[in-house]
Amino acid sequence: MSENIRTVKNVTCTFCGCVCDDMELTIDIDENRITKAKNACTLGRAWFAEHGIQDLPAAMIDGKEVSVEAAIEESAQILTKAKFPIIYGLSSTTCEAQSQAVAIADYMHGTIDSTSSVCHGPTGMAFQGVGESTMTLGEVKNRADLVIFWGCNPAVSHPRLFTRYAVTATGMFMPKGKKDRTIVLVDVRKTESSPVANINIRVKPGKDFEMIWALRALIKGKKIDPSIEEVTGVSLEALQDLAERMKNCRYGVIFFGMGLTMARGRHFNIGALLSLATDLNEHTHFVVRSARGHGNVSGGDQVITWSTGYPFGVNFNLGYPRFNPGEFTTVDTLCSGAADAAMFIASDPASNFPKAAIEHMKRIPVITLDAKHTMTSSLSHVAFTTSTYGINTGGTVYRMDDVPIALRKAYDSPFPSDEKILTAIKNRVIELTHAKRGASDTREKRKVA
Amino acid sequence: MTFTTRIVNGKVYDPMNNIDGEIRDICIEDGRIVESMPDDASRIDAGGMVIMPGGIDIHCHIAGAKVNAGRKLMPEDHRRDPHPETAFTRSGTGGIVPSTFATGYRYATLGYTTAMEAAVPPITARHTLEELDCTPIIDKGFYVLLGNNIFLHNLLREGRHEEFRQTIAWWVNATKAYTTKLVNPCGDEPWKGQRNKNITDIDEKVDGISPRIIIEAFVNAVNAMGFPHPPHIHCNNLGHSGNYKTTLETMRTAGDQRLHVAHIQFHSYGGVTGKNPTSKAAEIIEYVNQHPNITCDIGQVMFGNATIMTADAPLAYVLRGFNKNKWVNADTECESGCGILPFTYQEHVYTHTMQWAIGLEMFLLSEDPWRVILSTDHPNGGSFMNYPKLIRLLMDKSFRREEMGRVNQKAIAKTALNDLDREYTLNEIAIITRAGPARALGLKNKGHLGPGADADITIYDEMEDKEMMFNAPRYVIKSGIPIIADHEFRGDHTGRLLHITPEYDQSIEETVKPFFESFYSVEFGNYAIDDSYMHDHEVIQTTKTS
Repeated sequence: MSENIRTVKNVTCTFCGCVCDDMELTIDIDENRITKAKNACTLGRAWFAEHGIQDLPAAMIDGKEVSVEAAIEESAQILTKAKFPIIYGLSSTTCEAQSQAVAIADYMHGTIDSTSSVCHGPTGMAFQGVGESTMTLGEVKNRADLVIFWGCNPAVSHPRLFTRYAVTATGMFMPKGKKDRTIVLVDVRKTESSPVANINIRVKPGKDFEMIWALRALIKGKKIDPSIEEVTGVSLEALQDLAERMKNCRYGVIFFGMGLTMARGRHFNIGALLSLATDLNEHTHFVVRSARGHGNVSGGDQVITWSTGYPFGVNFNLGYPRFNPGEFTTVDTLCSGAADAAMFIASDPASNFPKAAIEHMKRIPVITLDAKHTMTSSLSHVAFTTSTYGINTGGTVYRMDDVPIALRKAYDSPFPSDEKILTAIKNRVIELTHAKRGASDTREKRKVA
Repeated sequence: MTFTTRIVNGKVYDPMNNIDGEIRDICIEDGRIVESMPDDASRIDAGGMVIMPGGIDIHCHIAGAKVNAGRKLMPEDHRRDPHPETAFTRSGTGGIVPSTFATGYRYATLGYTTAMEAAVPPITARHTLEELDCTPIIDKGFYVLLGNNIFLHNLLREGRHEEFRQTIAWWVNATKAYTTKLVNPCGDEPWKGQRNKNITDIDEKVDGISPRIIIEAFVNAVNAMGFPHPPHIHCNNLGHSGNYKTTLETMRTAGDQRLHVAHIQFHSYGGVTGKNPTSKAAEIIEYVNQHPNITCDIGQVMFGNATIMTADAPLAYVLRGFNKNKWVNADTECESGCGILPFTYQEHVYTHTMQWAIGLEMFLLSEDPWRVILSTDHPNGGSFMNYPKLIRLLMDKSFRREEMGRVNQKAIAKTALNDLDREYTLNEIAIITRAGPARALGLKNKGHLGPGADADITIYDEMEDKEMMFNAPRYVIKSGIPIIADHEFRGDHTGRLLHITPEYDQSIEETVKPFFESFYSVEFGNYAIDDSYMHDHEVIQTTKTS
């Protein structure tokens, strides 16, 4: 360890959707390394400790180092020559970068999609159908006397959701923290989160919808047959008990995760759950929130929505945005073979997409922007190494509850930010598509005629 | 890019400078209007056309957390109304809550060049700034929601008025806001903390303080600090029959100090709560007419689709009860509530017709157009895209009569609309859409065409059908840049953020900080918004009087 040590307070951890902004980092300036991350959870500690400046070129084409300018030119050429170029990822970069990515998709008449399409996309679709009653995390800390976790495992995925916001956190009307609350966990199995709960409910795999629907019926005062236990694995008494607790709490909250969104039923499960929370407002105050995974996946939804009206899976082929999950979502544009060029930003689809999608990635020109070497960057035609958001670059991210947080830079990186690269690509795309966007051309022609 | 030009032969409507339809030259240089320029400068021939300053929307909901939730909620609405790109402009989607790009461009296509977002919880102000930066052409600002702020309530409860004032100034600086906004003061705590209750009286106490105490404190503090625009209030009991008494009491609470009453139409109902409303337009507008300290915008209801989006969460829940359509509630810690739902105003429905008629009555009974400003509380009373039709309703009594024939006759019969023959003049329209809002907002360089004014200019073809006329200006110039010419986009422009920076004693942060550490979920040190979010902006001066 060198003598050249610096500490930075109020740094934000962008690893998960909790986006805790109370980190105190100790940085070894000479070694470009974070030696301590005070307040971080196990995930956060690893996120900061494992971060270093990669020994990679800033830009590569076909694995060979090139200048950043040459890679920008190549990228713009690929994207503008393609008929169906797609952009995907975005959940681990800043809103400023996301905004540039949407602009590129707009100018090149391409498709843009975020990792939402493979995590909480169904939540977005359910929201479009039924709306939701929701809250910021501070409301949970201050008011929630009943907290239900459904199909999520925060002890592993969002450790500080318990301590900072929702279980042991003390707040305005919850001075004793966990003692003032009842914690319920609904899952198909025992998880690392189970010990936190006062009540653990084990639902049969794939029967969440049925259980939610039975709760809705009970809350509406309908009779449910005891055979519900055979369907859901949960006894009628347990359901009645939960329904009564939900009706009688003062401020109830449900957090849910991919155990609901990516299980059988998908957006039907979420539509039912959001409706359950809405129904409960006949009796008390009740809210619900998706426990989003990546640090700025919520920001991606926000940016794409304000730019286009739709949260993910947006296509500009006709010169204006259209939304169709299943058609314009990335797994689908790859598996169907529609995509003829792809730019992946701050995500690694080659590590988790279906085989058919990965096979197609290998057939088309791929551009990646990532802080690290990934499976996706290794199959890329153009690969940029960029600085890491929240550590080497500032910007804005949205927490899982859509609260925007400004990032602090802890130390400098030799690599440019995603925003900088994307802005340069956008500017070149504007030049290259000027003729195609040519309302001006039509006007000229009209004059001649 | 600077643009130097002389607009000649047009009929100029510039009420701030007492110019009412005279043929005058307007000279533009470096984004401003100037006295004169050399004869060889380029010209726009505005023969047969009407020249007005760019329109100013004093109250709309166009950017931020609740607006984006409303956008996301309605894909069906966007699908019906795409907004294609042009050679100069980005694409987007329309509908009742358009995408940010479409919002800016569509305001421009009506000749509007400034719009104020009317309700932003402080903790999401950063979001609003990001969206406003993606809202092209127009200049913009926002009002920060402080009327249900728990920390400020605590100060008032303890009678700490000086600290209350300092904290308001701190909060306005920390969020880059234009003024303070109060929505249903005291209503949040019953909603969030007492199983979805609401309050019903301006003197009802919640934890020891009442709406009246809060309103009075804001009026005193904001006027003392000389904000260019006073507290902007959404009164208690919005939408409820009999609420006009609350509205009158709210205005009385201000005494002779400045206060802006938002979407006053929604607050001018007689009758008994829970029953059909009657019109109290005359009573409310009479008070406004007699009290020059009060400004208001109407919040006209227009038939067709709308989106309710409000910090008045209990109200949105009441409306949700009518059709059980999709509904959003969003609680913001320590600061605000929010409700959103799609809504349709229908001609045959008694209450909807009554609301429509009350708005028109108020416009037609107003004696001082400078203080009774045109708005639909977009998108609550209907989209801002209805403005041309609303202008025609005000300017053309035969059109108004035709429209009155299509609505609920039982409701119309209970209003004074049949007896009102007034027709607004172009000069009065220029006041309620330009000069009036500029004066109410304290924007000295906007709303007029005198030397030194921002070169935000709209040129309309003069037509008999005023809806058609105001729907499609031939030219729109923003900050001296030609945006629309011959009805087509010829340029793009980012627009400026308008905000204020009232002075405050920085030691107040030490008072605020412990509250944050205990009850907020973000760190105090990360809460205030730094200048990296500012982009192009303009600070409007406060006039501190104490």
